[in-house]
Amino acid sequence: MTKFLQTSIDGLAVGSLYALIALGYTMVYGTLKFINFSHASVFMLGAWFSLGVARLLGWGQTGAEVPIYAALVVLLATMTICGALGFAIERLAYKPLRSAPRLNVLITAIGIAMLIDNTAALEKKAEIAGYTIPIGFGTRPQRMPSLFQDKAVAEIAGVNIQFVDIVVVISAVVLMAGLQLLVFGTKLGAAMRAVSEDTRAAALMGIPVDRVISITFVVGTMLAAAAGFLFAAKYPGLNQPAAANWALLGLKAFVAAVVGGIGNIRGAVVGGILIGMIELFGAAYLFTQLRDVYVFVILIAVLLVRPTGLFPSGAVNKV
Amino acid sequence: MSEQPRDAWTSTPVIWLRSILPWLVGGVLAFALYRYGMWSESNQGSRLAMPIFHFKILSLIGINAIMAVSLNVVNGYTGQFSLGHVGFMAIGGYVSGAMTYYGSMILWQSTAIHGELFGGGDFLFLGALLCGGLVAALAGYVVGLPSLRLRGDYLAIVTLGFGEIVRLILTLTRPIKKTAEEVSQAGLLSITHNANGSWALDGWMISVGGALGFDGIPKYTNLFWIYLLCFATIIFCYRLKQSVLGKAFVSIREDEVAAEAMGVPTTRYKVLAFVIAAFFGGVGGGLFAHEVGILISPPEMNFLKSVDYVIMVVLGGMGSISGAVLAAIALTILPELLRDLSWIPFLPKALHDVSDYRLIIYALILICVMIMRPQGLMGIKEIWEVRPALWLRAKLARKEKSP
Repeated sequence: MTKFLQTSIDGLAVGSLYALIALGYTMVYGTLKFINFSHASVFMLGAWFSLGVARLLGWGQTGAEVPIYAALVVLLATMTICGALGFAIERLAYKPLRSAPRLNVLITAIGIAMLIDNTAALEKKAEIAGYTIPIGFGTRPQRMPSLFQDKAVAEIAGVNIQFVDIVVVISAVVLMAGLQLLVFGTKLGAAMRAVSEDTRAAALMGIPVDRVISITFVVGTMLAAAAGFLFAAKYPGLNQPAAANWALLGLKAFVAAVVGGIGNIRGAVVGGILIGMIELFGAAYLFTQLRDVYVFVILIAVLLVRPTGLFPSGAVNKV
Repeated sequence: MSEQPRDAWTSTPVIWLRSILPWLVGGVLAFALYRYGMWSESNQGSRLAMPIFHFKILSLIGINAIMAVSLNVVNGYTGQFSLGHVGFMAIGGYVSGAMTYYGSMILWQSTAIHGELFGGGDFLFLGALLCGGLVAALAGYVVGLPSLRLRGDYLAIVTLGFGEIVRLILTLTRPIKKTAEEVSQAGLLSITHNANGSWALDGWMISVGGALGFDGIPKYTNLFWIYLLCFATIIFCYRLKQSVLGKAFVSIREDEVAAEAMGVPTTRYKVLAFVIAAFFGGVGGGLFAHEVGILISPPEMNFLKSVDYVIMVVLGGMGSISGAVLAAIALTILPELLRDLSWIPFLPKALHDVSDYRLIIYALILICVMIMRPQGLMGIKEIWEVRPALWLRAKLARKEKSP
């Protein structure tokens, strides 16, 4: 029972991280109709930028006073930086390819991912006006400073519930609720849905398609950045930026988006939590080494039985 | 039924010659390259010799060309999007590697190369390559089946998942059997039931090194085999493109519904395209595994390597064989050229050392090519169909007529 509860809590936390990343995949697929392979790199940048911001503000040293609002500051800073980066990527790389074949856009996305990963892994330092500014985060794994208390908040049936897990799940829920509000409650959201349903018709109706696509892309990027921050909070030992495990995490989140029905916001959330649960329960109760295999087996099984995912994106709830 | 007119080009001996000629030329060229490599290695001081390092790159180019041309059958001709080509490569590499490793352990009690070119070891090697290709083709059949239901991006995701599953399962294999005793004790595959109730698998089939990679495969690959098989792949794929089957593949790419209406069995042909690509991918993987200085290991067989081959196909132009070969050559050499820029004339000395940035520059070049030339280097044409080549041919033809 203890094992079951512990696995459920971990699965929920990991699953909500997958869900946050999957939302970015699903939103970009809805509007631009391509698999955004650079999304995993933005997620990686989110984790590393939150480490950088926390260090920069002096919250990295041992014994340093960490204020209550620290996590919020780091989260917002990371989301802003990554959002700006997402805007630049969309404008410079994807906009010129609006009418190109989808395969070209896909390869451009892979190129962007390579560009981001390898730039972030640079170990160079630049001297500008007397300040040494590092370019890139280097090729060594580093430890994210702890911004929360490391103690268990509650104990249920012998299971310690960590503060971090609660923060992760609550932040994810808040962000998803915000997205839901944005997409289904505002005029901008209506424009997003219109663009995703039929870009040409939306343009004819006077919707500024390019601007809406940009905003959608930036929102997706910011969600990935938030997921990166929460990931760094839950698993502080960050692998080096060009390591393969970031791409693997991104792939699993993408699997979550597909299992939930790509293009569907609620589907991405359900898919993310499902994938997190399956991964952790499979690792806990079956073979631990096969934890990544379960995810891909589930993907193939779902696609064979229901090729459009669990929640096919109908015309109404597609973004 | 009218009798087909027979002229010099369709008479039986000429047809025979046309079938054999490419092999004669290709085989001789590959053999000459191989001998030149051997000679260069022993006469490094000579002015005519190439550095050994260049031959390493030449072998990699050959293997990459096999992979790119074979992937072209699925991605280029048939228009199905496969992102798991490296899965077939890994299967071919591991199956053939296990066969030569355990085969030479049993036959000759050591993993050293047995015999010269065309010696006993080479027959084991070729048999192993064939088996690796066939097992990969079988896997291609299994992966091709979902393409009955899935299209476009969804198929890409399934093939990607397949490649990852292959890689992750390979990390769980057992350590290699090192000594002759261990090898002879283990069978092909054995299942034992331990006292504590757990099951254990062992045997040659699954003792391929796990996450550390398959070390100790006899290094039979040389320039002759690489370029002979590269040539075979190119010829096969070129003839396939010209054949009725190839036209049917292209019709599936252009419009699946129309192809179906014209009587093309689309589902069967899509699976067939996967099987063909997987076979040559497996053979390429076998060559890769037996290459000197290369350790075939699961972390290397990740999906980014599949992406590399997709990039070669798209960069060369979908469906263009010469484009795929050119892209394989360019993308294999480019990262090496970027190690050191002193070969560019008039470049300031400060810009010579860019080895830290080479992958960044590579990515930038890739993005720029995709934005500025979306149809790839060759488009759907072959190298002898582009404008300069056509112009040259027209000019030559006129010269022939004029006297």
